[in-house]
Amino acid sequence: MNVLSDHFAEFREGFLGTVELTGLSGLLALVLGILMAAFRVSPVPALRIFGTTWVTLLRNTPLVLLFLAVTLGLPALGLKGWDSFWLAVLTLGCYTSAFICEAVRSGINSVPVGQAEAARSIGMTFNQTLSQVVLPQATRTAVPPIGSLMIALTKNTAIASGFNVTQLGSVQKSLNADTGYNIYVIFLWIAVCYIIITLAISGLFRLLENRLAVAR
Amino acid sequence: MSEVSVTDEATAAAVPLVVLKSVNKHFGALHVLQDIDLTIARGEVVVVIGPSGSGKSTLCRTVNRLETTDSGSITIDGRPLPQEGKELARLRADVGMVFQSFNLFAHKTVLENVTLGQIKVRRTDRRKAEEKARALLDRVGVGAQADKYPAQLSGGQQQRVAIARALAMDPKVMLFDEPTSALDPEMINEVLEVMQQLARDGMTMVVVTHEMGFARSAANRVVFMADGRIVEEARPDQFFSNPRSDRAKDFLSKILHH
Repeated sequence: MNVLSDHFAEFREGFLGTVELTGLSGLLALVLGILMAAFRVSPVPALRIFGTTWVTLLRNTPLVLLFLAVTLGLPALGLKGWDSFWLAVLTLGCYTSAFICEAVRSGINSVPVGQAEAARSIGMTFNQTLSQVVLPQATRTAVPPIGSLMIALTKNTAIASGFNVTQLGSVQKSLNADTGYNIYVIFLWIAVCYIIITLAISGLFRLLENRLAVAR
Repeated sequence: MSEVSVTDEATAAAVPLVVLKSVNKHFGALHVLQDIDLTIARGEVVVVIGPSGSGKSTLCRTVNRLETTDSGSITIDGRPLPQEGKELARLRADVGMVFQSFNLFAHKTVLENVTLGQIKVRRTDRRKAEEKARALLDRVGVGAQADKYPAQLSGGQQQRVAIARALAMDPKVMLFDEPTSALDPEMINEVLEVMQQLARDGMTMVVVTHEMGFARSAANRVVFMADGRIVEEARPDQFFSNPRSDRAKDFLSKILHH
């Protein structure tokens, strides 16, 4: 009568679904977030406006609404053939990228202006200044908040269960219909699964912080 | 044929390296640079002095457009300063700059600080860049520190590395923005000696400083600024023994008598 051993396959599938969803949307969020942060500090006004709009729009939209907009809106606009998993990655990635952007930007702002001035004074372009001098030094400040954002992302993936994506949230849904199990025990095991993922992320980011502290 | 090349060289030498024409700049309501005209010839060492807030640092920073101007023109080697972008970056590579607060790249070793520009901007290959960097570091007397990080060096050593970093780009002109103002007194001389050697080697230099000794011994010309204007320009011996303007007399009486 143990729900975990009886339905281990479902739990495993849900666990892996959450890990995959978190990993892929986290990756997308990092790439987009760093790009948007670069846009927001760029000397080109159009890019700055784009970055600011991106952050304002995505940061202030409730995630459920964003899910609705993407899963219903995009296919209606003619983007067909994406399955619900990739739509969820897109939604979560874009949403989280707005927060990552701001974390990266706070890192950039923590680097003394003189560093960028010195880079420009030896003839480096904006891209070189950012990638060679500013971003490497911004990382140390940006890593702790990014770790928090990744944990928040992990928990946000639960919303995807409402949009036909197999992950931990959907385990609960399918087992609820199955009578005979204590619902609190089901929730407990799901919570344990989330904790495994979030603690792993915490550990990874602590490792990263220590590595960066040693490097200088 | 040889005569032609001689006249070419002569005209090239006659074209001044840095020309500022009626340059104006405001910081909000403050008019920091007021109709600045300044011409710097090849190989000339110009020392800019004046009370704080007189605009001398701003003037220095406008030359490589780290500071934008509101009006007027600035040309370097006959070419007007372009707008922000690739072309400006290319031009900045020819203008070395040394800052008050050193601004060495904190996440890179001393050697990497001096090779970065060569590799990324000049596209020199790593081995040649390192060779040149080590030679320059030896020249400014910090060769033994090549593998340390900037934070592990004294202020004087950091500033000498910063000079080597600028020299690594083979600049046509070097700008010094109060290079010794952030240094402990005992470290000032080691930096000034490097600068003096540079001046003797014929480098064109614009030096904003409070070091009157350096101005006396190394400068070809002293530019005295106050309240955003160039008040007086003279040879150092003239300027220090017999300043023409009251503003300069007042300034010198305050700094030279104690």
